[in-house]
Amino acid sequence: MLSSTAKNLYWMGRYLQRAKSTARLIEATQRMALQSRGEEAAGVAAIFGVEDEFRQSQAQGERLASLIDFLVIDENNPSSIVNSIDAARRNAREERNNITVDVWESLNALWLELSGRLRGDRAALDRGALIESVKKQAVMIFGAAQVTLLRDEANNFLQLGAFLERADNTGRILDVKFHLLRPDGNPSAEGLDYFAWSELLACVGAVRTYRRIYRSSLNPMKVAELMMLRRDVPRSVHHCLWMVDLNMRELADAYGTRGEADRLAGELHARLRYARIDKVFEIGLARFLGELRGDIGTLSDEIGRQFLLD
Amino acid sequence: MAAKVFDEMNSGTDGSVRVPYRGVADWLARTSPERLEATRREVDLFYRRHGITFGAYGAAEGSETTIPFDIIPRVIAYDEWQFLHKGLSQRVRALNAFLSDAYGQREICRAGIIPEEQILMNGEFVAMAQGLQLPGGVHAHIAGIDLVRVGEKDFYVLEDNVRTPSGVSYVLENREVMMRLAPELFAAMSVLPVADYSEELLATLRSVSFSDGHEPNVVLLTPGHYNSAYFEHAFLADEMGIELVKGSDLFVDESRVYMRTPRGPQRVDVIYRRVDDAYLDPLAMRPDSFLGVAGLLGALRAGRVNIVNALGNGVADDKSTYTYVPEMVRFYLGEEPILQNVPTWRCDRADDYKYVLEHLSEIVVKEVHGSGGKGMLVGPTSSKVEIEEFAALLKARPDNYIAQPTLALSTCPTFVSRGVAPRHVDLRPFVLSGKKITIVPGGLTRVALKEGSLVVNSSQGGGTKDTWVLAPDQADDR
Repeated sequence: MLSSTAKNLYWMGRYLQRAKSTARLIEATQRMALQSRGEEAAGVAAIFGVEDEFRQSQAQGERLASLIDFLVIDENNPSSIVNSIDAARRNAREERNNITVDVWESLNALWLELSGRLRGDRAALDRGALIESVKKQAVMIFGAAQVTLLRDEANNFLQLGAFLERADNTGRILDVKFHLLRPDGNPSAEGLDYFAWSELLACVGAVRTYRRIYRSSLNPMKVAELMMLRRDVPRSVHHCLWMVDLNMRELADAYGTRGEADRLAGELHARLRYARIDKVFEIGLARFLGELRGDIGTLSDEIGRQFLLD
Repeated sequence: MAAKVFDEMNSGTDGSVRVPYRGVADWLARTSPERLEATRREVDLFYRRHGITFGAYGAAEGSETTIPFDIIPRVIAYDEWQFLHKGLSQRVRALNAFLSDAYGQREICRAGIIPEEQILMNGEFVAMAQGLQLPGGVHAHIAGIDLVRVGEKDFYVLEDNVRTPSGVSYVLENREVMMRLAPELFAAMSVLPVADYSEELLATLRSVSFSDGHEPNVVLLTPGHYNSAYFEHAFLADEMGIELVKGSDLFVDESRVYMRTPRGPQRVDVIYRRVDDAYLDPLAMRPDSFLGVAGLLGALRAGRVNIVNALGNGVADDKSTYTYVPEMVRFYLGEEPILQNVPTWRCDRADDYKYVLEHLSEIVVKEVHGSGGKGMLVGPTSSKVEIEEFAALLKARPDNYIAQPTLALSTCPTFVSRGVAPRHVDLRPFVLSGKKITIVPGGLTRVALKEGSLVVNSSQGGGTKDTWVLAPDQADDR
């Protein structure tokens, strides 16, 4: 397999996951905005690092709508859902011969659908339906990859991209939203805004999961534990980094070589695997997540250096 | 040429349906126009959904178009195919012998058959390919020979394509589509399969590696996804299970070619390139090329990598060399040509030039290096103004043009907006040459969808048809 193939599949995984995470986040935010007042949109803007631009824009109600457009359809935002799907499809198209017909067709179908929706009048565009499509079909595309792709290096790179992106997304959502809700970082359950915290869980699709696991009312420390440390929650940072490590090991076995990316993937996985949530709060959640996200970024660079030769 | 057009279905004795077409005629009689229309729409959807597209690629859907596919197959009887097979093999053997000679001793020039300047002054001549000893002496590993039919027994070669001929992916995809759409027709008609093309192509490519003793690593070099034939490149690489590479995936070290992989560099032995000569190696050819690999020609000359098709094949397939091909067959093979050339006037010859100028409204004039149906004049269907404009071009550079009589290309029943009607067709079989010659039965049938049009190129409103060569047992009841 070519390095350029590895690179395309890695980025296809990242972009597809990015579109999916953004879709889910917007959906949760919209639901929240319907139920309460407040700084919801600002929080979302912070997650994407655009809060300054956001504060300068118009009135609150319009602000949320324009933020959503920025995240969903804006052509100038390289990470908007539409641009992410377009980028994922471009990567896939270059690797038509390295992915299965099922993966290609499901991704191409989503791209065709989005193109069709965008051709019409922007004012009449049903953003909700678009977001719903992206969420549903991204699951189908990953599902198609899961059941049809040969379990070889190509698949490892696709998985690496998707899980690394997801680890970063979950880390970022937890970091920003937790500190919006608890500026002092205090994990106690006093004066809890139930809707705000359940919305945080909804961003990673884990409201019911929380109830199943803890069988108790919402508690900030447990929410953080679920999103970060639970290996059995598929969107938790731990689960994602476990998968990253697993794929790195498979590549190392296939290639018979190891490098800095392998060491860092193993270290990150171990850090989350053996972490305790009470100790994390002793250090400070912000510091823990800050370091973690920095290291995820470094890992991405090292993977690029080790395999992708860019 | 006779004005009467030969229709491949209906020009049987006394206007009856010709034997090979009986199955198709029955099928058409049984199937309503509504059903055909529904099927046609289904096909278009199928091609679009699979992203089987042609044309420049961009973000917008509109810039990727599908080539229209006609759902009525074109049928060739087994004995007709045997005749074509023999003629094609012969012609390609002669072309390969000529290419070896053109880049070797040029015996054919010494024998006074082809003037040496026809080769050396040709813009497609690649001096760096001079004296190369290629495996098996093969230069044109993949040849697309364009044929036209004008009567029951009359086939002509319109053009040889021995650089990087494209279109074979449509042969394979059209068959796939046809089998889905009309399984009942296949059940009734026993058609020779084409699906083994990719396997034969891979075998051909592997057979021309310089390296002995180890498994050759074969790759397909594409200019990238902006190229109009990118779908075909990806399709063939996928079918053969080889890497689809761009210039940036390869590098040369000590006259060896390697591809970049996450495991480290891997050696490459044979490059099936779909990049034009001029762009292959910025050190040897165009320095501004980003599509090639620096040092590639050095590796070729060192006998470390083979490039398929060979460099400089353009000297054998331009329209002025074309006129010499029958002579090549006699000179190199000592045989009489089985397939005939279309009579051709060469405008660099005074007598021919005079005749052409006087008969512009009756004939077809083409650029020597032209392709894709551009830069040509179809006299009988052109206006006075068009003819005058073209005459000016011709006068400016007579040596840049050849002319041929307007052939009454055969027609095949074709499904158009008003129902089933005859449309003109040609045929491009693909001839593979390695240790042996292989031709997958049939080839690409291109059809001019406009009524009366003789231009079948996809860039000029042409479509394609599935081409059926019938199994031998069916030819017997003729």
